[in-house]
Amino acid sequence: MAEWKSICTIDQIPRLGSRVVRATSGDIAVFRTSTDEVFALRDRCPHKGGPLSQGIVHGQQVTCPLHGWKLQLDSGEAVAPDQGCSRRYPIRVESGTVFLEI
Amino acid sequence: MSKKKLVMVGNGMAGVRTLEELLKIAPDYYDIAVFGAEPHPNYNRILLSPVLAGEMTIQDIILNDHQWYAEHGITLHLGKKVSRIDRVKRRVIAEDGTEEAYDRLLLATGSTPFMLPIPGNELPGVISYRDIADTDAMIDAARRYGHAVVIGGGLLGLEAANGLKLRGMDVTVVHLADWLLERQLDETAGRMLQKSLEERGLKFLLGKQTEMLVAGESGRVAAVRLKDGVQLPADLVVMAIGIRPNVALAEAAGIHCNRGIVVNDTMQTYDPKVYSVGECVAHRGIAYGLVAPLFEQAKVAANHLGNYGIGRYTGSVTSTKLKVTGIDLFSAGDFFGGKDTEEIILNDAAGGVYKKLVIQDNKLVGGVLYGDTADGPWYYQLLRDGQDIHEIRDHLLFGQAHVGDVGHQGHSKAAAMADSAEVCGCNGVSKGTIVKAIKENGLFTLDDIKKHTKAASSCGSCAGLCEQLLSATIGGAYTPAASNRKAVCGCTDFSHQEVRDAIRQQRLLSIGETMRFLEWTTPDGCEKCRPALNYYLISTWPKEARDDPRSRLINERAHANIQKDGTYSVVPRMWGGLTTSAELRRIADVAEKYQVPTIKVTGGQRIDLLGIKKEDLIGVWKDLDMPSGHAYGKSIRTVKTCVGAEHCRFGTQLAMDMGVKLEKMLFDMYAPHKVKLAVSGCPRNCAEAGIKDVGVIGVDSGYELYVGGNGGIKTEVAQFFVKVSNDAEVMEYAGAFLQLYREEGFYLERTCHYLERVGLEHAKNRVVDDAENRKALHARLLAELKDAKDPWAERIAGVEKNEYELLSV
Repeated sequence: MAEWKSICTIDQIPRLGSRVVRATSGDIAVFRTSTDEVFALRDRCPHKGGPLSQGIVHGQQVTCPLHGWKLQLDSGEAVAPDQGCSRRYPIRVESGTVFLEI
Repeated sequence: MSKKKLVMVGNGMAGVRTLEELLKIAPDYYDIAVFGAEPHPNYNRILLSPVLAGEMTIQDIILNDHQWYAEHGITLHLGKKVSRIDRVKRRVIAEDGTEEAYDRLLLATGSTPFMLPIPGNELPGVISYRDIADTDAMIDAARRYGHAVVIGGGLLGLEAANGLKLRGMDVTVVHLADWLLERQLDETAGRMLQKSLEERGLKFLLGKQTEMLVAGESGRVAAVRLKDGVQLPADLVVMAIGIRPNVALAEAAGIHCNRGIVVNDTMQTYDPKVYSVGECVAHRGIAYGLVAPLFEQAKVAANHLGNYGIGRYTGSVTSTKLKVTGIDLFSAGDFFGGKDTEEIILNDAAGGVYKKLVIQDNKLVGGVLYGDTADGPWYYQLLRDGQDIHEIRDHLLFGQAHVGDVGHQGHSKAAAMADSAEVCGCNGVSKGTIVKAIKENGLFTLDDIKKHTKAASSCGSCAGLCEQLLSATIGGAYTPAASNRKAVCGCTDFSHQEVRDAIRQQRLLSIGETMRFLEWTTPDGCEKCRPALNYYLISTWPKEARDDPRSRLINERAHANIQKDGTYSVVPRMWGGLTTSAELRRIADVAEKYQVPTIKVTGGQRIDLLGIKKEDLIGVWKDLDMPSGHAYGKSIRTVKTCVGAEHCRFGTQLAMDMGVKLEKMLFDMYAPHKVKLAVSGCPRNCAEAGIKDVGVIGVDSGYELYVGGNGGIKTEVAQFFVKVSNDAEVMEYAGAFLQLYREEGFYLERTCHYLERVGLEHAKNRVVDDAENRKALHARLLAELKDAKDPWAERIAGVEKNEYELLSV
């Protein structure tokens, strides 16, 4: 059963940056945008498995560090013309603490 | 605030491109309504010839389908011709009575073909060549009749003639001038073209004037009579002698017109609420008929309509390409030349190759290519850039491949490649895939190709080839931007130079400030512009602008090289390629402790530990106890050395010692791209200094310095820079040259590309000839690197700790 787990405080994720959560099912990338929204995606690009957490965050997108695919942070979908999707995880911030549902 | 209302009259390529540009920058500014006289949505008019030739279908060339208009909330009035503009009440009225009110009006009424004023020009079977209806009429006629006469041997006329011939008609082209395409080709090339078209079965009557068109019994045209009395059988007559801007509507509304609708550099007409773009426009007295200038106009018009108010259109240099499969010709600029110009000509009549380049004041001003047009885009770029070509003049005629480029950029001839041939070796994209994407998605720029096919989006060495494919597929519609005018990325229209200038002149100190000042169109930029801005800020204001780790690509942020499986590689610094037994022992211990799967000696004389997990990086660095080798950065990488006079019986200078000194001087130097040096102790050059950004070769009397070499994508032999007599001078000249590159180079531009852009002469003037400037450059470099810190040591001490730590649940 998935449950909400506290992973860090929002300050521990840099703006326009990310952190990696090591879960039993694999790594999860947690992103923070310039407007302090947070998103969580499986840390694997649908293209060739690149670690999305290591990419550059801009707007609500991240660019994969390996071959430059862009993924939408809110849906995990690749930006056209590329096609593919990385799994999304529910995430929320409550009084400065970040909770991830896994 | 309620939206303003924009009405566009004319639904062609220039107009719709304006809307696309406008929607990109100001999507919510207007409610838009469009009137189109044709019953079709916007299609790619320049691909009508392939449709006529049977190589494509109408469906293939639709650029914006009905859904596009719907998605953007655009009201589309198709098949409705606007009959009147009421400028007082600001509304347009169509023939069927449809009305739309406007706050801004965009006239994109295009042009109409010019019909010869001769008897019979209104007979059935007499058409022009302009739109889908004309194309359909020709395809239909080819099915039912045998003889066609095309009047006019220009681009359109020849494409029409070729298409009709391919559809089985007997085709004669009647042309007034003495050779074909007299406005695009000189006589020699015109004759060669005629010969190859005649081999395909087309017939030509040159220097002939048409007197009248004769009707047959059915009332349809049956013959063409020439002034010299000759009569040609003709069931179909296509007039392709020129176009006329459609100005009637504007003129009737009292908007000033001469050859076209007169606009200023912002594409505004004499009525400030009315803008105009496309073939209907006269800008500085010129009406353009090719699509590339129209797209430039579209961009400017959109900028002003969108209330940005910064673009200016200042006219275009155009190039020409005939879209007849299997015939390669290209021309651009002033290819006739005059008394102040010089010509370089290659004429191989039997081989079917002709090249003529026209040069004025050491600049290429025009050219004609026939038979081998692979270098057309390159010449066109040189022409647009106004680049000084005297350094490459000897080789100019032989093309880009002969000016030192052994990448596959200029080598393969795109047109001759098989569809299955691989163009982009990085992403495995074939020629067929690219050509298909260009046609089906209506691509016009190299960036479009990168986005849609991924070709040229990795190492970029096939960019030239992709440009050739664009040029071959869409012809004159392809115009490369001048190199120093290319926008940084899709987030802005500003070029690297403009961004650099703004940062310096406006004293911009942060990425956010720069983006705000230059009105970036995206909130945080992207992975292309942020690293570039970060570099420009730090290199312009070294002590004031703060480095932004979030605007560094991962390798520079993590200070290690990411590998395909997400692990990292670690390359410790070994000054000048020298190491010790103690260091080697520590490396061996680290390799065992962290179970490093691969240990490799690099091309730059270092040792690479591959397969390190990110969370182990700090531990690895700590145990190595060696400084960062910066093998991951846009920074000084390595100074490679031979053993030099220290050991070698041929050595003339202490190469290892010189190499170590240079490497220590440059430690932690951030640059537009990676920088590699080499020092050899004698001209045998065992350190391969000839392919380095700065190569130093010891000779008996001192050192020779070479710059701009490159062993990568674009193998480039370094060029001789200066001869110096001692070690201190090597440091000063090499340091000053690199500082010049750091201050002037565009982000991701290697020294060879930088020198190609600014010219070796420029670098010599600033560094070799101007002693004062050289010393100042060198001093700035030293001042900036004075407090250089080892990034690994900093991170061992806790800097950017979060970067390396995992979160757990």
